[in-house]
Amino acid sequence: MSGALFIAQRASAVVLAVTAAVHLATIIYAVRGGLTAGEILARTHHNVWFLALYALFVVAVAIHAPIGLRNVVREWTIWRGRSLDAALAVFAVLLLALGLRASVAVFL
Amino acid sequence: MTASSATLFVEVWRGRADGRFESFRVPRRANQTVLDVVTEIQREQDATLAYRFACRVGMCGSCAMVVNGRPQWTCRTRVAQVAPAGTLRIEPLRHLTVIKDLAVDMTRFFDKWRDAKGSFVPAGETDRDFAVVPPASRQRQAADAGIECIGCGVCYSACEVVGWEPDYLGPAALNRAWTLVNDVRDQARDARLDAVAGTSGCQACHTHMSCTTFCPKALAPTYAIAGLKRALVGRLLRRAL
Amino acid sequence: MRAGHRQPGFVAALLHRLSGVALAIFLPLHFLALGTALRGASALDSFLAATNTPAVKAAEFAVVVALAMHMAFGLRVLAIEFLAVRERTLAAVSVSLAAALAVGLLFLLNVA
Repeated sequence: MSGALFIAQRASAVVLAVTAAVHLATIIYAVRGGLTAGEILARTHHNVWFLALYALFVVAVAIHAPIGLRNVVREWTIWRGRSLDAALAVFAVLLLALGLRASVAVFL
Repeated sequence: MTASSATLFVEVWRGRADGRFESFRVPRRANQTVLDVVTEIQREQDATLAYRFACRVGMCGSCAMVVNGRPQWTCRTRVAQVAPAGTLRIEPLRHLTVIKDLAVDMTRFFDKWRDAKGSFVPAGETDRDFAVVPPASRQRQAADAGIECIGCGVCYSACEVVGWEPDYLGPAALNRAWTLVNDVRDQARDARLDAVAGTSGCQACHTHMSCTTFCPKALAPTYAIAGLKRALVGRLLRRAL
Repeated sequence: MRAGHRQPGFVAALLHRLSGVALAIFLPLHFLALGTALRGASALDSFLAATNTPAVKAAEFAVVVALAMHMAFGLRVLAIEFLAVRERTLAAVSVSLAAALAVGLLFLLNVA
């Protein structure tokens, strides 16, 4: 991958190391005694810190995942070139859109 | 079959990429190396077997082959260690065009060495005096850690990414580039970093560490490649800021 | 299988890659599920109730392990690349794997 993609991949990885760790800890804590929408929403409803953290999580993932997939597809399949890059850009936008939508969904 | 069986069952690759394995039986001898086995087959059983060797004492790297799935120098590989059950499977180095049997075309390996700018570029106007390079300096130690590479191709054969990404420069070329990046006398640092960047450069390394595992000189191309990655990121950040 | 495939560094990279692909497939579904909250808390609740089965919990365990594993092996790569760590590969990979499974186990103990 190009220098810019490499740095984006590694930088987003560092951001994810923090946000994913927080997410894992939250999951393990939150699933105790069953999980209900009420419990989730009580924590996320109008919680600006939550929204900020998870928006950051989503942006980092939307950068990190497609670049990673690009390597996998290029190395393990015959697909490469601009069409692959375009498809992954679409996937990135999809992750960003769905992820931000989900973050906002539990914030409102 | 006990460990002390008197006969080795040896499968040797014959032909080119579309070849096949041929079986031979070779008497087990004390202190036998795999190179001894290949040589005995060629001299006593099948004179048409093609293979390479030179020094036969572990200095030149010419006898590198894949033995029971692992790339190594056959002159330094004791049969007793790699074939306790008496079976050997000998193949040419991977990821290089097979010329015949166990001999491969090293052209692409050395082309990538050139493409990675793996050669020293001196200052135009040579000083009358020697360059002073403290041996204990961080950069000289980094260069010294990789300088003993003799281009045997074992790491290139071992690297899975070379198989997946045909243009990947590979561990040996990148290791050499790193030693030169750390040579304070060298004048081509920027051009060399350009050469090792990009899709087929150091960023394609996924830290499998197969190169480091199999290098017969105990070099660590993985860490050299990591150094190149850091150097590239440092340069990119300095340019951006 | 080639000898290179049995080396710990390759196993780490393979698991890192496979867990990454699994997560990339899972994520859009995860976002869609959470997005049901847009239709109100009861919509999310009925989704959560529908997924309260042993099969789904097993899948969730797999996803948690995938995330923990991907992160652990990713941290190893970052350490080698940017902190110039020289590792004892088998030890480092084993510890990463154990840590990932421990996180998964913690999840299982809390979700039951």
